[in-house]
Amino acid sequence: MSSTISTVESAGPTGDELVQQEHSRAGRIFRSGLLGLILANRKATIGASILLIFILVGAFAPAIAPYDPDEFVARPHQAPSLDHWFGTTGSGEDVFSQTVWGTRISLGTGLIVGVAVTVIGALVGMTAGYFRGRIDDVLSLVTNVFLIIPSLPLLVVLAAFLPAGFWTIVLVLTVTSWAYGARVLRSQTLSLREKDYVSSAVVSGESSFRIIFAEILPNMLSIVVAGMFGAVTYAIGAQAGLEFLGLGNPSSTSWGTNLYWAQNNAGLLTGAWWTFVPAGLCIAFVAFSMSMINYAIDEVTNPRLRSQRDTNTLLRTSNRKLGKSRATPVLRPTSGD
Amino acid sequence: MNFILRRLGFYALAAWVSITLNFFLPRMMPGDPGDAVMARMQGRVQPETIDAMRKAYGLSDDPLWQQYFDYLGNLMRGEFGIAISAFPTPVTDIIRTSFFWTLLLGLTATIVAFLIGNLLGIIGAWRRGGLVDSVMPPLLIFVGSFPYFWLALLALFFMGFEWGWFPLRHAYSSNISPSWSLEFVGSVAYHLVLPAASLVVVAIGGWVLGMRNTMISTLSEDYVMMAEAKGLPQRRVMFNYAARNALLPNLTAFGMQLGFILGGALLTEVVFSYPGLGYQLLGAVRNLDYPLMQGIFLIITFSVLGANLVMDLLYVRLDPRVRGA
Repeated sequence: MSSTISTVESAGPTGDELVQQEHSRAGRIFRSGLLGLILANRKATIGASILLIFILVGAFAPAIAPYDPDEFVARPHQAPSLDHWFGTTGSGEDVFSQTVWGTRISLGTGLIVGVAVTVIGALVGMTAGYFRGRIDDVLSLVTNVFLIIPSLPLLVVLAAFLPAGFWTIVLVLTVTSWAYGARVLRSQTLSLREKDYVSSAVVSGESSFRIIFAEILPNMLSIVVAGMFGAVTYAIGAQAGLEFLGLGNPSSTSWGTNLYWAQNNAGLLTGAWWTFVPAGLCIAFVAFSMSMINYAIDEVTNPRLRSQRDTNTLLRTSNRKLGKSRATPVLRPTSGD
Repeated sequence: MNFILRRLGFYALAAWVSITLNFFLPRMMPGDPGDAVMARMQGRVQPETIDAMRKAYGLSDDPLWQQYFDYLGNLMRGEFGIAISAFPTPVTDIIRTSFFWTLLLGLTATIVAFLIGNLLGIIGAWRRGGLVDSVMPPLLIFVGSFPYFWLALLALFFMGFEWGWFPLRHAYSSNISPSWSLEFVGSVAYHLVLPAASLVVVAIGGWVLGMRNTMISTLSEDYVMMAEAKGLPQRRVMFNYAARNALLPNLTAFGMQLGFILGGALLTEVVFSYPGLGYQLLGAVRNLDYPLMQGIFLIITFSVLGANLVMDLLYVRLDPRVRGA
């Protein structure tokens, strides 16, 4: 099919309406076939594959790790070798086994916090956006207060007062990071609430609960999901940061505690780079896979980005150059007009 | 005016919440912080130290509301208590010096990242599909994936330890005493490079992407088209017409970033042993120095609130639409 590149000014639906339509389109895709969506987009495929590998490693950690992560297995600070793929730590543990076992707690914390943050954020944000008025005022106030109090110092202070442990970290991370999602979802609900289908649901006497979760939620699913992946990434990083500071449970094995012990056993100043490189790379890989998935969601749901990508592909294949005009390019079949 | 008043009310509320949180935290933990310190320090602290701490907290046999008002009164008078780990230095003295270092590190890193990031964003959006636009986003996603404190570790390991280009710790050489001499300022700048650079590398990405996206939608505005049609020089259209208007959201983000400046560089400070608030905060946590810990938390929070207020005032000047609302 041959296409021409033309530009449109704001004729027909406005940008916002287009985005709205696209969001509901994405909602349908999400419900109809997640797998198809993942396979259709290159970024989504890469992101989902990396994430899946880490989930599998975490799930089958006992089978994959060659040694007990807490056991003294060789001389301390040995460089990577065939016996110890990632070398050994300052107390003679196998870094590869530690990294594999660390996947469990790190990824587990991230996923639990990500889901909790999303659920709280959606509940607060959508309630505020749907009911408006007094309820919105109060909920928005609470949200904004949580947003403005600097989270990292708060995390440190909370973690210092509460007893160290897995669930403390989960709780502390959830408390400090739900507000952002609530704010985003509130504004989205505010605009979706004006739609005709919501009015018709109100008139036909459906309960508020049903309208929020069965009418509005599916239409902003892409934003909710994107927010969740963002929250998971944040949680994994923040958990690693807290444990690196020694505020987690240093006797458990996670990527953060690996970094903590690497620094405390002077891995850094004895040239033992292998004690801290694997944990950081793992966090980066997971974060990278999450961003990939999020960019894919963005591409699928944002018509501007999609037309941009299609245009770039076309330009590349046909060896043409875009004119100086700055408007968003639109691909249109020649036969069409 | 109304807008400013409402914001003031909001900041006052946020300040009150963090103060109240600060009051209840030591009371929520099992047991008494005083006993906890006693047990942990095994007689290495004097009983008067603990008494000073209890007093600063208003921990007494008085009813809770009485304790609460005692605590508020202490804060009003600027009495944050005595640091246990450096008895009898008042908490405020420790905070004063470390505040300067945090501000220096955070401001340097954020301003540099803001300038470079926005410039790259402007160029990327202007030459869409060009070199900057095609190379930067994927690279930035990749770099942004790394935890920033881990990048700091990596920088410290290679550029500080392995190759010896930069100092390993602290904010200035220990053999120079602080003064406004050229030597001292040079030493401070030298020690600043690595921590600041590790923060800049991570922070740039957000600015580039934010600026690029706003720029793209600004570029399709009529007034940009008009400016181009008038035949104005490209550079003028790019900076005076498009970038100037696209900058507003990023300016708001800069205000939010102020929280990161003061609190977020915490891990970087720890990695480089940079004597700022974050480094002191961790030290306080490790020494169970609750008054110092909570004092630092309050100071960081108040500074963030103050900085946001300044940004609000600035915003009213820059965006006339806010004034009407």
